[in-house]
Amino acid sequence: MKVTVCIGSSCHLKGSRRVVEGLQYLIGENNLKDKVELGGTFCMNNCQNGVCVTVDDKNFSVSPDTVEDFFKTEILAKV
Amino acid sequence: MQTNNAPVAKKDYKFDTKVQYLKYKVLREVAREAWQGTLLENVLDIPKIIIPGKTPTMRCCVYKERAILGERVKIAMGGDKNNPNVIEVIETACDECPMGGYEVTNACRGCLAHRCEDACRKGAISFDHNQKAHIDKTKCVECGLCAKNCPYSAIMNFKRPCMSACKVNAISMNEDKAAKIDNDKCISCGACVYQCPFGAITDKSFIINVIDMIQKSRNNEKYKVYALVAPAIGSQFSYAKLGQVVQGIKELGFFTVIEAALGADMVAWMESKELSECGDYLTSSCCPAFVDYIRKSFPNMADHISSNLSPAGTIARYIKSTDPDSKVIFIGPCTAKKMEFQKEEVRPYIDSVITFEELQALFDSRDIDLKSLDEDILDNASYFGRIFARSGGLADAVKQALKEQNIDFDLKAVSCDGIEACKVALLKKGKNMLDANFIEGMACVGGCIGGAGCLTHGEKNKAEVDKYGKEAMEKTISEAISMVKLPEHNHN
Repeated sequence: MKVTVCIGSSCHLKGSRRVVEGLQYLIGENNLKDKVELGGTFCMNNCQNGVCVTVDDKNFSVSPDTVEDFFKTEILAKV
Repeated sequence: MQTNNAPVAKKDYKFDTKVQYLKYKVLREVAREAWQGTLLENVLDIPKIIIPGKTPTMRCCVYKERAILGERVKIAMGGDKNNPNVIEVIETACDECPMGGYEVTNACRGCLAHRCEDACRKGAISFDHNQKAHIDKTKCVECGLCAKNCPYSAIMNFKRPCMSACKVNAISMNEDKAAKIDNDKCISCGACVYQCPFGAITDKSFIINVIDMIQKSRNNEKYKVYALVAPAIGSQFSYAKLGQVVQGIKELGFFTVIEAALGADMVAWMESKELSECGDYLTSSCCPAFVDYIRKSFPNMADHISSNLSPAGTIARYIKSTDPDSKVIFIGPCTAKKMEFQKEEVRPYIDSVITFEELQALFDSRDIDLKSLDEDILDNASYFGRIFARSGGLADAVKQALKEQNIDFDLKAVSCDGIEACKVALLKKGKNMLDANFIEGMACVGGCIGGAGCLTHGEKNKAEVDKYGKEAMEKTISEAISMVKLPEHNHN
């Protein structure tokens, strides 16, 4: 599974660092490091819906507050 | 467009000098034709567009002016392909300035004291029947003591501005007395470009390559074109807001804008680690002119150059790792970056380089009025990455990175402000007379904010960069770089 978080300026200001850190932590906690490839990209052209995250090319809007729910439903449940 | 015969009011252009303004006009017209796909058709008309009519505005006649403009057009289109240097002399524009060294001027009063004679250790000064001084050039060693001691300041040093500007002694004159650049010494810093009052030395432009890359991307659908902007931008385009500049860059057709300062954060992190492990001293890798200077003039110290790519190269490598088909264009204050991106180790990551001067020309070639644009956002790096733009910033960042990594290391940093200071530090270090383990070298005085490709070089620029640094959301280096996976660290 490939998870990509937008780290462009707009998403950065909306908290993409905390989203990345949250996902890194949760992936580690759940021993998914071998199964989930976490990466960054600069801008997904959808700035108003940031923080933009894709899971295998499917788009999501995540915030630091929703990262845990997002992880459970879109990553943990599907990996 | 303003008429060329009228005197140019300072507020009509956004540059320090009229030479920059002229260069800008050429770049703007070349870009205008390039966007429209009519450059090859209309290239010969550009000089006449810039200088219409019959009255000369700068030189003896319009025909010479236009001939020189023709040369400027060529350089705006990439210049002499056979010359690997990005800095080029326009021989027809070179005024063959006098370069006689110290000479006695009419201000000599023929006094009784003859302090010049007493000061001269070489016996080079004699007097005619009017008691006026003369310098015997066969004896004179250009020490300048006579000039210093003359109470009337009657002795002057006639040195070419380009040669005075070039602190690495790469400029001499050819058989025709025009300036000649020794590519084995030149570090492409652009000091001569900025200082030549006739605009006879200039940096090659890659704007048409950039326009081509943007157009062929088909609105970033075939591939994405990223603009990587240097932190010195904090001191530039001061007539508009930074967010408007970012928006303007996107309106040109760039996919997005990224701070090279994030690469600076990454470099500070890796360089501090490398420094603590190297067991000797390191010289910084971020200024391409400084790196080139060591390689060309202090080759035996080249082993001490940090193994990191420059901040621009480092972040560009990261961008390419996330998007391999992308094009990355660096936009900054630096002419030496135009040399750096062609080097083997950087070429895979940076596709082209333009300066702030050239960016202004690109905006105006598309009639983009920054002041009327909405503000976009630019925020990728930390305070420490951003202050790389000014002298001393890198050393501050390395100190911070050591602290954040809890590395117990006694940092002794020397920040060399300008290539002369770099030379002094390298000479001392070579003789083991410099107590420092980290040499930060910036070829331009003030750091990147003094770069030849800046629109303006102001007193307040350092404060502007510090202010821009403080506006960064991330306050620490580790926070800024936590987003990007760091490449494997290369050991020496």
